Amino acid sequence: MIREEIEQALKGHDADYVELRLEEGETTRLSYRGRELEDIGRNASRGGNARALMKGGWGFVSFNDLSNLRDKVALAVSHARRVGKEESRLAQIAPTVETVPAEVKKDPLLIPLAEKKRLLDEYNEILWSSPRLQTSSISYSDGRRRTVFANSEGAYIEQSRVDVVARLAAVARDGDVVEQAGLSLGSQGDYAVIEGLHQQVKELGQQAVTLLSAPQVKRGEYTVILDPVLAGVFIHEAFGHLSEADFLYENPKLQEVLVLGRTFGQPHLNVVDGAAVPGLRGSYHYDDEGVPATRTYLIREGVLVGRLHSRETAAKMEEPPTGNARAVDYRFPPIVRMTNTFIETGTATLQDMMAEIPEGLYVKNWFGGTTSIEMFTFSAGEAYMIRNGKIAEPLRGVVLTGNVFTTLANIDAIGNDLDMNQGGGCGKGGQAPLPVSNGSPHIRIRNCLVGGR
Amino acid sequence: MEEEILRQAMQVAEAAEVYWVSFQETPVSFEANRLKYLTTRQSSGVALRVIVNGRIGHSATNHREDMAALVSRAVEVAQFGPEAHFELPGPQTYPSVEAYDPQTEAFPVDAMVELGQGLIDGVRAHAPDLQCEAGVAKETLTLHIINSRGSQAEYHKSVFSASLWGTLVQDTDMLFVGDGETLCQPMTDGLVIIERVLRQLELAQRTATVSSGALPVIFTPRGVRSALVAPLYAAFSGRVVLQGASPLGGRLGETVFSPHLTLWDDPTLPLSPGGRPFDDEGIPTQRTPLVAAGAVANFLYDLQTAGLAGTRSTGSARRSLGGLPSPSVSTLIVDEGEATFPDMVADMKEGLVIEDLMGASQGNVLGGDFGGNVLLGYKVEAGTIVGRVKDTMVAGNVYKVLSSLRGIGQEARWVGGHLRTPALYGDSISVSTKS
Repeated sequence: MIREEIEQALKGHDADYVELRLEEGETTRLSYRGRELEDIGRNASRGGNARALMKGGWGFVSFNDLSNLRDKVALAVSHARRVGKEESRLAQIAPTVETVPAEVKKDPLLIPLAEKKRLLDEYNEILWSSPRLQTSSISYSDGRRRTVFANSEGAYIEQSRVDVVARLAAVARDGDVVEQAGLSLGSQGDYAVIEGLHQQVKELGQQAVTLLSAPQVKRGEYTVILDPVLAGVFIHEAFGHLSEADFLYENPKLQEVLVLGRTFGQPHLNVVDGAAVPGLRGSYHYDDEGVPATRTYLIREGVLVGRLHSRETAAKMEEPPTGNARAVDYRFPPIVRMTNTFIETGTATLQDMMAEIPEGLYVKNWFGGTTSIEMFTFSAGEAYMIRNGKIAEPLRGVVLTGNVFTTLANIDAIGNDLDMNQGGGCGKGGQAPLPVSNGSPHIRIRNCLVGGR
Repeated sequence: MEEEILRQAMQVAEAAEVYWVSFQETPVSFEANRLKYLTTRQSSGVALRVIVNGRIGHSATNHREDMAALVSRAVEVAQFGPEAHFELPGPQTYPSVEAYDPQTEAFPVDAMVELGQGLIDGVRAHAPDLQCEAGVAKETLTLHIINSRGSQAEYHKSVFSASLWGTLVQDTDMLFVGDGETLCQPMTDGLVIIERVLRQLELAQRTATVSSGALPVIFTPRGVRSALVAPLYAAFSGRVVLQGASPLGGRLGETVFSPHLTLWDDPTLPLSPGGRPFDDEGIPTQRTPLVAAGAVANFLYDLQTAGLAGTRSTGSARRSLGGLPSPSVSTLIVDEGEATFPDMVADMKEGLVIEDLMGASQGNVLGGDFGGNVLLGYKVEAGTIVGRVKDTMVAGNVYKVLSSLRGIGQEARWVGGHLRTPALYGDSISVSTKS
């Protein structure tokens, strides 16, 4: 794409602001169900969008056909003019001109398809060596994407990234009982993260079988220790989404609830989000509005101190922009999203945390989670009773739920073992899966509601 | 263009199929009670599936200059692809399934804006503190499949949708209400949505605390969708059955569910958003009973899974541009029963009505487990709805719930265009409440 053509297409429109975002990319995928390879393919895609702001109203046009860009911008402008009746406000950003190459260690795009298949075949063989396995699934994909962003303020930013993700699951069955155990991995630019997993894959098969004979958890309130994976999902779901300013920037009542300075947790609790934390799945240099990435404290010493913004939400709430406006691809406008979200490391050891629990739960691994601002719910991939300070029998079907305003304050211990999970993808407003990472040390929560039999 | 891709592919492949889809969507969206975004989304793309030396290869693209590379990528991939257990279909006769209304495409954007604003104003007239988001969207789709056995199939579809979501905030107490409609033809007004949302607000005016324990639960049609259908979608997939991972596998003819329960997959219904004359491999669609009076009646297959299972495709292939097909439910229909909603409520000493269960399918979906937080639901006490519940979780198993139903509602409604169901009244579901 010629820079001049893009810049020309943005000039001279009767709008407060216009931008173009164009992208091209390719993906390779392989997936297995059971012993058989089920899906394999290589796709290419290209597309773009134009977005315009006029009197506070937005117009958005997405397309595959990259010709006549100026007409597409003009259509977005005409849409925006139809919507806008108020005042346009965007946080001030110095327009950048920069090219950011992909950060690649072991480039998955340079690995032959035959080699990828050989590795996944090995993993599948290992899964199938565990007894009582009913079926398995493995999905792998990698891809590269190059994005060009330009706006009417003079920004012109080209960014590239390479992603690789894999998910493996083992399904065991005994009569009517079907149980599964899963492993999700991902990296920005490093194929090595999916290599050498043979031991973990072996344990996965055994885990699914163990769950078959595990009893259902008894419902009730428990003291719960979350491992770094599940605690990462917890902080993403229970608190991260609350930090996204787009749901509150036009809602005065919610702003009262989430006023900066409100105490959410005990003084040991610190929560951070930031694409400027390097080397993770949610890392980038500029967001999809051309705003430089930051590292933002959301909670510092238990107190709400920051939130995540687009240019519009930052301007309207009169807070600094954070570079969190992201679009999953060219078909969507950027919205406020998380990047790399984590609880900062504390001082407790897992052993100490557990020693103080006469009866509780140790929950590990992620199965899913969702939130409604006030309430959250998420499920454990693996769970054990804690009895007299020690891990006891395995349990299945553990779903934790709670009210964010009380639960964060109930975190009474934070471990010294921060670990980031790179295998997840986040969904919001029909845009999924967006590459993010989340993490935490082990944490202990008092009085956590667990659903079950 | 599709013919040219097919011709090039057939120089190296034994069989080939070109799948082409084009899509245009115009959504208008409202935030904070007013119009915020007007969007036009256009896309088209082509996928090539080939069989080379008995193995399947696949590639997709959405730009014209990529066509030659498309063929070579599909052929390259076929070296490693799964073995093909089917033959592509020759020319077929398709049922007449009306899925396109020209009025949808012609529906003016200004009228869409008016409809959306009408939803917000209609609800806020009664609940001025409610902060609303609304969306109205129209879309049209054209799908075209040709293959090396001379099959040529094409249809058009139109979809129109409108929805309203409201939040009521009182300090840290938040109430979420909302509903929507998805149709093939434009909606003239939003009254039905407004009425449903107002009813939710009325029932949720007070809060109530339900006891922890095993309680009867009425799932409203939206409750059915949020809690119960995900496991069924998986269990009736021929692919899941083939892997032995469906709890219904090997149980054809067996009465697994309540004898009052009958389920269909019906992509042949006229003007339903899930309707289509042929599936994503060009096989004619059909109305397939899934559960007949409680007995497992059929599973759903595409060509590959039917070949592996030694049966015929049920015309259930579904695919995205980027992937190979897989069998799936098009439109799930739950037959109506005898019970009225007031009867079911009156029957309960203490129980729950679930309108929306959050995170229900995050557990062991294959096994039929569901569990989550009640996002919108009401407590029933001595036969009367007394208020909405908070901090309440339910956990259960779809197969247990659907085998011991206390009642099936006599009025079914569409939920989201791909499911039509009455309320289902389940027995003895585990409820946990924060004390």
